[in-house]
Amino acid sequence: MIRALALVAMLIAWAAVSYGNRSLEVVMPVLLPTPGEVATVGVALARDGSLARNLLVSAGRIGAGFAIAAAAALALGLAVALYTPARLAVEPVIELVRPIPPLAFLPMFLVWFGLGETSKVAFIAYTTFFPMFVGIAASLLRVDVMLLRAAASLGATRWDLLHRVVLPAALPGIVVALRLGFGLAIFVIVGAEFIAADAGLGNLIMEGRVFFNPAQIVMGALLLGFLGALVNALLLSFERRAVRGRAPQ
Amino acid sequence: MSRAGGSARVQVEGVHKSFDLDGRSTPALLDVSLEIHAGELLCLLGPSGCGKSTLLNIVAGFLPPTRGRVLVGGAPVTGPGPERGVVFQEYVLFPWLTVAQNVEFGPRLMGKPAAGCREITARYLEMVGLTAHASKFPAQLSGGMKQRVAIARALANDPAIVLMDEPFGALDAQTREVMQEELSRIQRVEHKTIVFVTHSIREAVYLADRVVVMTSAPGRIKEIFTIKLPEPRDRFAPEFTQYEREITRLVKEEVMKVHE
Repeated sequence: MIRALALVAMLIAWAAVSYGNRSLEVVMPVLLPTPGEVATVGVALARDGSLARNLLVSAGRIGAGFAIAAAAALALGLAVALYTPARLAVEPVIELVRPIPPLAFLPMFLVWFGLGETSKVAFIAYTTFFPMFVGIAASLLRVDVMLLRAAASLGATRWDLLHRVVLPAALPGIVVALRLGFGLAIFVIVGAEFIAADAGLGNLIMEGRVFFNPAQIVMGALLLGFLGALVNALLLSFERRAVRGRAPQ
Repeated sequence: MSRAGGSARVQVEGVHKSFDLDGRSTPALLDVSLEIHAGELLCLLGPSGCGKSTLLNIVAGFLPPTRGRVLVGGAPVTGPGPERGVVFQEYVLFPWLTVAQNVEFGPRLMGKPAAGCREITARYLEMVGLTAHASKFPAQLSGGMKQRVAIARALANDPAIVLMDEPFGALDAQTREVMQEELSRIQRVEHKTIVFVTHSIREAVYLADRVVVMTSAPGRIKEIFTIKLPEPRDRFAPEFTQYEREITRLVKEEVMKVHE
């Protein structure tokens, strides 16, 4: 209830400011689109099919890049958590590359992977891999040694320890890492689509800029917000199932 | 190794244990030799830091001894194993599993058929009085209930010996006495070999067939008492108090050494 009210309040505040600006003209009215104008643009985009197309293109890139990065982060996280030499070898490399802002590498991705889909998917995979890897490896390494002792005294083999103790114990942390990674994917898709794309929400926003249509920019941004909120809700419900029964941290 | 409803003998032979602290080797256990009879409840008693938990961890296979060895049912201990069940002070239940799933964890690992697992689980949940709470998660239980689950989980796996590391140490005084009475009752049915670490003299006299009093660090065996009292024991009987007094005097000597 409070959640719904907060959204309505946000909409009212936006409407008040933008329609107020219409009469007071604090900034040029065209620079501060009203909810009505954005909705009009949204309806027009939905009519000619470009809304769905752009949304699907972006979602597809995010989905593919995120899936590749999640699989790689899980695999490498497990290797690092289970095999100390792997941890010693991987850690310095990761720690050197991780702090570089991914956008600094975006031009290189275009050079390496071309202007097509591959460069966007690869860029999202590259960007989201690091935070997910760090989070997943940390939650696997942080599993309480006492849980392992308890299971070993009940006859658990190494394989039992992995899939009956380590993975379930680390699952809440793993899901948090996935949520962080997904948020980041939405963050960087726009940058990738700004630079070189003929479709996608980033491209929709860029088009709004080029043709001086602020309402379309806001529409594109809102769609990104919805996409992010939707997937976050899905991951949250998965997380709730994963931590079912556990005491809140 | 003797399993399946059995209980095994434990032989501790010349066990030394040192830990490296800041590059210096610090002895924790000095030449401990001890034979624990099959079906006996033996209490390891001593001041904190005397190495009684270290000894238990060595028997459990969590720590290797620096020298010496431990035999369970005649076979040397090389690591943790299902014939040695462990009950920890902090319970260490699997928080993502229900009470019943925690108890069933061992039997399922051993590859018992589902029907058999359910039957075993039901029996041990009843033994510890938690049948009504079978589908709860550990986070929903009190400390005493958690420790009952941990005891049921260890026993359900039918170990030959049970190692208990201050299992009631985190419980309030009343719950603690109730748990001691339950363990004593369960032991009269199960006849496991139990090694029970505690620093409570009353607890040791109430539960033990024999009490091993250890010296303060580095730990050695100071004296072994055989408690010849009928069960269930009466904490207010004059003989009970007599054992308490004698053992208190010995333990106090060791505590005083630490403070000198």
